[in-house]
This record gives sequence, structure tokens and C-alpha cells, in this order.
Amino acid sequence: MELIKLEDLHKTYHLGEIDVPVLKGVSLTIDRGEMVALTGASGSGKTTLMNILGCLDRPTSGRYWLDGEEISQLSADGRAMIRNKKIGFVFQSFNLLARTSALENVMMPLAYTASSLSDRDSRERARRVLERVSLGDRLDHHPSQLSGGQQQRVAIARALINNPPLLFADEPTGNLDSHTSEEILRMFQQLNVEQGITIVLVTHDAGVARHARRVIRMRDGLIESGLFGGADGEVKPERSTGLIAASLAE
Amino acid sequence: MFYLLRTIKMAGNALRRNVMRSALTTLGIVIGVAAVIAMVEIGEGSKKAVAQTIQSMGANNLLIQSGAASSGGVTFGSGSVLTLTPGDAEAIARDCQPRIVSVAPIVRARTQVVYGNKNWVPLYLYGTTSEFLDVREWDLADGREFTDAEVAGGADVCILGQTLVRELFGEESPIDEIVRVNNHPMRVIGVLSYKGANMMGMDQDDILLAPWRTIKSKVSGTSATTANQSAVVQQDPSQQVILTKQAYPNTSTNTLPAQTQSQALNNPPPLLPVNVDQILVRVATEGEIKQAISELSAVLRERHHLRAGQPDDFNLRDMTELSKAMGSTSELMSALLLVVAFISLVVGGVGIMNIMLVSVTERTKEIGLRMAVGARAKDILRQFLVEAILLCVLGGALGILLGRGGSYLVRVILNWQTEPSLPAIAASVAVSVVVGVIFGYYPAWKASRLDPIEALRYE
Repeated sequence: MELIKLEDLHKTYHLGEIDVPVLKGVSLTIDRGEMVALTGASGSGKTTLMNILGCLDRPTSGRYWLDGEEISQLSADGRAMIRNKKIGFVFQSFNLLARTSALENVMMPLAYTASSLSDRDSRERARRVLERVSLGDRLDHHPSQLSGGQQQRVAIARALINNPPLLFADEPTGNLDSHTSEEILRMFQQLNVEQGITIVLVTHDAGVARHARRVIRMRDGLIESGLFGGADGEVKPERSTGLIAASLAE
Repeated sequence: MFYLLRTIKMAGNALRRNVMRSALTTLGIVIGVAAVIAMVEIGEGSKKAVAQTIQSMGANNLLIQSGAASSGGVTFGSGSVLTLTPGDAEAIARDCQPRIVSVAPIVRARTQVVYGNKNWVPLYLYGTTSEFLDVREWDLADGREFTDAEVAGGADVCILGQTLVRELFGEESPIDEIVRVNNHPMRVIGVLSYKGANMMGMDQDDILLAPWRTIKSKVSGTSATTANQSAVVQQDPSQQVILTKQAYPNTSTNTLPAQTQSQALNNPPPLLPVNVDQILVRVATEGEIKQAISELSAVLRERHHLRAGQPDDFNLRDMTELSKAMGSTSELMSALLLVVAFISLVVGGVGIMNIMLVSVTERTKEIGLRMAVGARAKDILRQFLVEAILLCVLGGALGILLGRGGSYLVRVILNWQTEPSLPAIAASVAVSVVVGVIFGYYPAWKASRLDPIEALRYE
């Protein structure tokens, strides 16, 4: 069952007179329950692709189905709704609200949810999510009172508050030491396996990418390898996908 | 509703995250509103003080005088027919209740007042009741008012004005002394407080008050309007009026034939006392003068048996000039306050806008994050707008407290009169909200236009 389906996706930035093509026709499917690493050198278009996949940006042309819904031409408000309901984001710099408790940080996305929960329900839900990332004893701590790993876990809890089927992690371990990185990545794996959340890790770190079951490598705006993902539970060694030619995308 | 509450709460949290800055941001509004409230309260207080002064000059008094007589096409001046009776005054007091708070019949006289070796002719020599003091809002400096029994029985007592006291008694206390009014002895029972000149420059303290029956029956032999009434009746027995124009028979020779004995018997002079010269009435507030006039007219017309179409046999006068003076001072005051309020709130609003713009820049990353987790442009717009409004409203509330505190201090320390003003408070709150909306909109709009990707990447 595919969660994400891209068809001939182009993205061109207009810098004055010059057109800069960043994505040059990407086609891709990601199934429900996959854990995918999106890698590539800087300038390869992986961030642009993530922005489009994460509904932060819209493609210049091409089509994008998310959860069976064609969303490439949605308005900004429509995309915001999709982000709220179906997508969770985890950022490199955590992006927590300063001087705000962990609980309130986690509750924040609920403020933009159409189905209004009461304040008590919101708190209860946020507490449960924080317990899921084993921070049940840090509910009232402010970000400055938490370690990097804990902050990132708060950020993960925030991403999970609306039970999205899809989670984007943009260099989630970039600001963490290796031990904590490992911990966070294991948490992603756990979420993927236990709860079936589709996870897209955006990273240029091969060590991080190794934690995913499928690695999509970008180069010059095209997918260099990892075009075909495995089904649930079927782990494909990343080395075997190196053959897939970029020409397929054209 | 729930959504709005949540937004307000969110804005409150955002402001709480930087209390110091929020406080400084809203300081402009605080000071503006405080200044406005304090000024309005002090202004209202002084306005009321002025109003009281003007009122004590008689702004809400109505003077009822007898109408004009006309005979053979010749119309005589106001007060030339004696149509008002003490009964009219009682009827007015009874029937025009809520609007008219007090009624005083007045009998005028002009004659010499003698005490010891001094004498004086007071400008006003009024026969009236104790209600006169009420109507004129005149306090006693010393002594007491007339009792009802004294008024009803025409007792020989009087109350003197300050000028009269000075002229007759100098520094002595006049209480319980006997003065002679037109050679009729009267005991002084009270002294009026100082009132000064009226708008026409007439000395209002040059006055003697006595029960009206006393003046009518024992003094007013020389009263201006009643001096020669029997002579008038003799002249024209068919006409039931008494003409003032002929009150001074000495100034012109009587060219009409003298009355015969049988004519005199047929036309006995009217029994005294039946008429009063004026009725002075105090209306509850200036705003009710118009209604009071129509009510008074209705009562008097009925008592005087006037049919529809017949002209009034009395004149009603209000103190339009005074009322206008009062209106113009208050209007000027309000206009000045409005200008100052407007300026201070605009300055406060610019401060709010300035800091909100800084805040938007500073919180770019937060805005990006909020957008990433699903905030729509209008959510961001609303959030920043609500923050600005909340700042203004909190500032306004603080300003109201400060302003009221300030006016309280002024009242306690400087002993100025102040007057709490609910409209000013309501207006301050409304203006705070409006300032918040106007000056918060641009920064909020700017925030809502941010691109989430750019905003997230912003350092």
C-alpha cells in the first residue's frame, strides 16, 4: 500500500532571469510503514524534495499523491491542513518554543487542529505522547532544562501528537552526540516497527541512513538509487540498489 | 468561541515569555489611557464644580410671572396683571412632582429697612417660603430657616443677605435683633451665605427674606405691583385686572372721573392677600427644563380656566444664557480631552507596532515551526493580532487603574473634586482594542506572509 507516490516531479527556482532546476523529474513511491533515508550531497535536491514531500512547498510540475490524495496543486491553507493531520516534522535544531514547558510544546500543534479538543483532553494527550518517548517525568521542564536528546524527544512527541501516518526527520541527529543519536534513531525505528509510522529520514550521514531499511540517494535533482523500496519487513541492503540509473526518472 | 479562548491563551503565553518587553511595549498605552482617565475624572470633577456654581446662579430655575394686560389694544409689560396666587405655587409643587423639586412663591416689595441709626433699601425684598433657599440653592451662614408655622401665620421674622447685614450691622451679629421694615418690626432669624453678583451685575446679597404673608399684609403697602390696586379697581370695575402701569399715581395726574360712593360700594377692593408677584421654580436637571415648562403651563392654564386658543395669562422664563454657558465650557473641555487622548493613544499604538514588528522578526523561526505543524496564514495573522490586542487591552486596563489611582491622589492630596467617568473607561477599553487592531495588523500580516521554509531556516 503506497503512502507516497510521485510522478515526474519538477521543481524550478527562478532567480531573476535564470531558471535553476532543482528537481528534474522525480518519480517515487514509498509504501505505508516504510522507513526511508533520503540522502545525497548538498545541492542534490534532497531538501527540496523533502519540502515538497512535507507539503511545505509545491512542485513546479508533476503530481504528488499522499495517502491517496492528489495534493500537488493544493493551496497554502490546504497544505497546512495536510501538514497538521498527516505529517509530523522533526528538525535538526529541535525548534522548541523557549520558556514553554515540554507539555505545552507538545500541545502546540493541537491549536491548529480542526477538531477542537478541550484543554484537559489536549493536556492528557500530550502527556501520553511524552510518556511514549519516555519523558513522562519531564512534563513541566522548559527546553533550557532539558538535554539535547530530551529536547529532540520532545520534538518527536510534538510531531506525533496528531497521530500522523508520516514523519519527516530533517537531520534529526545533526546536533546530538553519537550516543544520543543512536538513542533517537532507535526511537524512530521503534515507532516505525511498533506503530507502523512511515518515516523519512533526511540526512547526508551514511551512519544515520544505515538505520533505515531503504535508502534513497539523490544526485543532481534525480534519484540515483533506492528507487524501488521493499515491502514491509523486507530489508534491502542499500548496496544492491546502486545500479538504478537516473535515466529512469526522466 | 473555544477557538478564540485558545488563541487568547496562546497569545497570553507568548507575552508571558517576555514579560519585561511586553510591559515596556504597552507602556505607551498604559500612560496614554492613564492620562486620559485621570484627566477625564479631574475634568469631570471641575466641570461638575463649575456646573454647581452655575446651577447655584439659577441655571435650572424657572421664573413664572404674571402675564401682560392689554386694554383697548394697548399691551402692558409682563407682570402687569396679577394672576398668580399662592395656590398656583402649591398646585405646581403637587402636580409637577418629579421634574420640579421645589417651588417658592414670591411677593416683592421695595422699602426701607431700619436698624438702630442705620437704614438701607435692599435691592430685593422678598416675601416667600423656606423653599426659596432650596430653589436658589442658597445656604444659611447663620441662624435658621422659616418654620412652616411662621410662613403660614405671617410671623414677623426675616432672613438677611450679607450686604444688608454689612450695611445695617457692620461686624455685629444680627441674629435675634429687630429690624424695621417699612416701619414694621421684624426679628432677624437667619443670615444667608455669600453669593455675589449675578450675571447682570446685580448684588444678590442685597436681600431681605420674610414670610410672604408678612410682606403681603404688613409691608407691601408700597410694593411695586400692588401699591395702587384699589385705585385701579376703582377706575375700571368691569375689568378684573389690576394694572401696574398705574401703580405710581403720583407721577401722572388722574384724568378719569372720580369714583362715586355707590360705585365704591359696588366694587369692594379684593381681599388681601390673594396674589403673588412671581413663582420661582427649580427643575431637577437642566435637561428637563423643556418638559417642566410644558407641564407647568398645563397646570397653570387649567387653574386659570384658560380655554384652548386663549393666550397664557402668565410668562415663563428660563435661564437659557446660563445653560448655554455651561454647555460651552463642557464642550470645550471634552474636545480638548479628546485631542489629547487621541495623540497619546496614537503614540502608544506606534510603540506597539514597532515592538510587534521586532517580535515578528525575532520569532520568524517560531512562525515557521507553527506553519510546519499546520498553522494556516490566517492562524498566524490571528495569533499576532490577538497578541497586539491583548497587549493593548492589558495596557488599557492597567492605565485605567493608574488613572483612577492618579485622580484619587489628586482628590486626596490636592483636594480637587474628581468624578469617576464610566464612559471614559468604556471608551479607553474600546480605543485600546482599536489601537491594537490598527497597529497590530501590519506586523501580523507580515508574519502571516512568511514562507514556512524560509522561516524555518531563518537564524
